Amino acid sequence: MRKQDVPQDIGIAEGLKEVCYAVDDTGRYVLVPSAGWEPKNVTNHQAWQLIEEQQRDVATQVLEGRQSPIAYYMTKNLMDVGLLAQYVGFFRWRVRRHLKPRVFRKLAPAVLEKYAKVFGITVEQLTDQRQIGNNVP
Amino acid sequence: MEIPFTHRQSAHCETGTTSNLLNHYGVPVSEAMVFGIGAGLFFGYLPFIKLNNLPLTTFRSATGAIFKRTTRELAIKVETQRFRDPEKAMVALDSKLDQGIPVGIQTGAYWLPYFPPAFRFHFNMHNSIVIAKRDDEYLISDPVFPEPVLCSAHHLKLARFAKGTLAPKGKMYVFREVPQHVDLMQPIKKGIKVLTNAMLKNPVPLLGVRGIRYLAGQLEKWPRKFGKDQALLYLGQVVRMQEEIGTGGAGFRFIFAAFLQEAASTLEDNRFQAYSERMTQIGDHWREFAVVAARNCKGRAGENDSYAVMARILIECADQEELLYQDLANSI
Repeated sequence: MRKQDVPQDIGIAEGLKEVCYAVDDTGRYVLVPSAGWEPKNVTNHQAWQLIEEQQRDVATQVLEGRQSPIAYYMTKNLMDVGLLAQYVGFFRWRVRRHLKPRVFRKLAPAVLEKYAKVFGITVEQLTDQRQIGNNVP
Repeated sequence: MEIPFTHRQSAHCETGTTSNLLNHYGVPVSEAMVFGIGAGLFFGYLPFIKLNNLPLTTFRSATGAIFKRTTRELAIKVETQRFRDPEKAMVALDSKLDQGIPVGIQTGAYWLPYFPPAFRFHFNMHNSIVIAKRDDEYLISDPVFPEPVLCSAHHLKLARFAKGTLAPKGKMYVFREVPQHVDLMQPIKKGIKVLTNAMLKNPVPLLGVRGIRYLAGQLEKWPRKFGKDQALLYLGQVVRMQEEIGTGGAGFRFIFAAFLQEAASTLEDNRFQAYSERMTQIGDHWREFAVVAARNCKGRAGENDSYAVMARILIECADQEELLYQDLANSI
């Protein structure tokens, strides 16, 4: 890649300029700032669309009472059951149980507190379904 | 206390951190040189390891290996610590900073507030150097960013104790002893040897040059095997790994070409300049693959953008890389 060909396609990096290795006119390798590259923007956009789709699906399921709000915040934080279990320090099966609305309703405040802390929200926010409703387009 | 530390933006976090630390201790070794000595270049297609439910493709060697190899080859004594208790980990960091020692840390990118949101994935092998503490904030030389960045103690603690695959467990490292003079000749040759072995003689058919060919063969089957939509997701994943933040473009091929160019002057061997140019062309070819793949992902694929065409580009990359590695192996 030549220096003048280093792509400057603004996209997912949102103003952050990465540096790329490219060859200058004399054939020497130099570091050149790049605002982004179209193929990179396209494929990252593709990944995020998929994630947003998952978030919408889970949000709908929570609002329909098929999953607990923990499922929503787990997806929102790009976590799966395994990762969330590590963060809260429970076994996976326990976290999986907590995804059921019936179990979630009876959770002790201390347990809710643990989840809320990992998600960076308050217990009130965690238990308030309206928070989720606002996020479904 | 603020450590007089020269921050240089780099293409890749591990090599950038290593190079910046070396330069701080008076060893003038560039990022590309670290990448070469550390045998950073690689290829692997691992369909059974899933990232976001998509198969893993890697263009570089395992994280941490570059740092380890480089410091070992340059005879640098490194002190590494991991912690169970986050509070203790922060105290240990502060005490090193008080002594005027820059501290390398491993963090989970997801918790770093200074990252653009689109890059905040649960990726736990992000390296950077802490250079100062200001009240409740840390000044960090993060090689991927143009200038040092600030991060609150709260977020830094979260990032240092991110959970999941390859969890950092508060890992921090400092250089204890750095030799006055380093000779790069042998480390360069050794780095190239490790690389060519890994790419040419790898017993696992999913790794090295054979891995590229394997991916080419699989990729051609994706649309039939998984359907059109899923195939596009697989394709996008390959391009993301190739052009992810910190690859220097073209799946690290350009940064390696920069290393070969430097090697030419260090070894006083002009053949390496020619190898560098060949690597640049290979990198450009990888980028063509990304362009065609992205056109598919965007739904703008033309007649010449089929999976067969992409597979052919990959095979060509594999062929050219194989010849180059053979020449490299014979030149050291």
